[in-house]
Amino acid sequence: MSLKSEAVSRKRETVSGKSRTGRTLPLHVILIAVGALMVVPLVYAVLSGFKSTDELSRNPFGLPDHWLTGNYTGILRSGDFWRLLGNSTLIAVATTVLVVAASALAAFSFARFAFRGREVLFTLFTMGLMFPFAVAALPLFLLLRYLGLLDNPLGVILPQAAFGLPMTIIILRAFFREIPGELEEAATLDGCSPFGFFWRVLLPMARPALGTVSVLAVVTSWNNFMLPLLVFTDNTWWTLPIGVQQFQGQYSSDYARVFAYLVLAMVPALAFYSVAERQLVGGLTAGATKG
Amino acid sequence: MTSILADKRSRPGADAPPPDTVRARGRARRRALNWLTAVGFQLPALVLFIGLVLLPMLFALYAAFFRWGGFGMPEDYVGLDNFTDLFDNPVFMGDLWRCLVLTLLTLALQLPFALAMAVLLNQRLRGRAVYRMLFFAPYVLSEAITGVLFSMVFAPDDGLADHLLGSIGLDSLGGEWFADPSWVMATLFIVMTWKYFGFHMMLYLAGLQSVPRELTEAALIDGANAWQRFRSVTLPLLMPTIRISIFLAVIGSIQLFDLVWVITQGGPDHHSETMAVTMFQYGFKRYQVGYASAISVVMFGICLVFALAYQRFVLRRDLEGATTTMRGAGK
Repeated sequence: MSLKSEAVSRKRETVSGKSRTGRTLPLHVILIAVGALMVVPLVYAVLSGFKSTDELSRNPFGLPDHWLTGNYTGILRSGDFWRLLGNSTLIAVATTVLVVAASALAAFSFARFAFRGREVLFTLFTMGLMFPFAVAALPLFLLLRYLGLLDNPLGVILPQAAFGLPMTIIILRAFFREIPGELEEAATLDGCSPFGFFWRVLLPMARPALGTVSVLAVVTSWNNFMLPLLVFTDNTWWTLPIGVQQFQGQYSSDYARVFAYLVLAMVPALAFYSVAERQLVGGLTAGATKG
Repeated sequence: MTSILADKRSRPGADAPPPDTVRARGRARRRALNWLTAVGFQLPALVLFIGLVLLPMLFALYAAFFRWGGFGMPEDYVGLDNFTDLFDNPVFMGDLWRCLVLTLLTLALQLPFALAMAVLLNQRLRGRAVYRMLFFAPYVLSEAITGVLFSMVFAPDDGLADHLLGSIGLDSLGGEWFADPSWVMATLFIVMTWKYFGFHMMLYLAGLQSVPRELTEAALIDGANAWQRFRSVTLPLLMPTIRISIFLAVIGSIQLFDLVWVITQGGPDHHSETMAVTMFQYGFKRYQVGYASAISVVMFGICLVFALAYQRFVLRRDLEGATTTMRGAGK
């Protein structure tokens, strides 16, 4: 229905050059309604964090009577939250470096070499896209236990990198293919080895693509839940998603505190998103449409 | 594909051509070297992928034929018993049913909604960048955080949902949400839509960018109304993107775990359990690792059959384009 009114008014606009505000009003109403549905749970969480749990049941969605900051500052003052934040960061960065480095090398060889077995290998990696992690979770856990990597950040970093390879390789390969062959010839004439060309020419040129896949890898690692849940049995290495879940279990009756924790745990992800939005969206759409 | 090493021959100042046999031997050596270099670049990725993705999957396939607690090597071979038990297990049959329902709900409601929002936000509208960011933002929040948030929003009596319903006089609609067997899946679906529709919307928006403006304008001049323009011009051109988004949505429903685990752990009384949750319960809580592996294998089988069939019958044309042309990513 909105489409129809949109059409009518647009036609009118092209005919008579009428102003745009009139025709977009119904669209804005829809968007604002949907936007409100998206935002309300988040605003509710932020406000609730400033209340006491008593007030929360009395006054669930008004502004707080008194803006209590104790829930937030209490969490920020305890070392726990920062440790989880540090763990999440360390694991995300290490995963990203590993998956991007390994994928860049592989994608380079897929994009630039004609070698026997190339298509087989590439199909192998692309098939990885449809392997659900849950399928491998159990034997992976046993393998990590065997290798002594439980309660060790490598137990999360290595599998995350491995499962991130297919998508990263696909995106990077497409990008590497775009770089003109003449450049490669020129570099070779100047005496560049394959690795030299990769390192000194290709990677610097592919910086935007590397940024995109890195952002994807960071977000995926940051949000991972099942693997850290399996690997980290004690809280030394817990990441934020695990921390949030455990915190809720621990303070289940102290709603306001859980809300504060929740909000603080969202901040890094949302901040990162606001900075890296373009790369993230670019990567997802590239990965999904070129699969 | 030009290969770097093959081009070395044309390096200026190269020595005079050697006799034929030497040249042939040189070529063979060069080819072998080329192969080694190419595969050498693959090595780190291959080691990671084979060691931590393929081998575990193959091992799950193996372990599914044993009664095994997960310690030592599996020895108690039971043939297909785990699988037959699985299909007698009402919880697992329920998992399959719930997976089907969730998938259908997603295809029938979530994706069309995402498409509608993408079409809206593809117009020139004030503030559309803000809406885009807003609708997509939940996708960046981890499932665990989303899960905890919505378990509070839908908490019985004290939660936001019940309070909102109460404030507009619909108290009777409020209630147990996640604790009510007949509502838990619907509530989960609402949460999933909140979290994931923005992702599909972004895919569609990217797809819409590639619909040439001239085509819709031509249709406009021919007197097509908006619905006709959408149906006959935009939608067909968007179909490759929609097919991919359907694919991702289905695979996503098959392996749903995090949200369910955080919010309900499959409860009440298994009414929100998914295959992955059942697998987790058996494998990590009850140490019936062989049985849990059988669940993994069935999950994998469903994904694989679906993926292959989908590729064969639905995606074929799109994928041919994607793998044989050299058009780049995200342009």
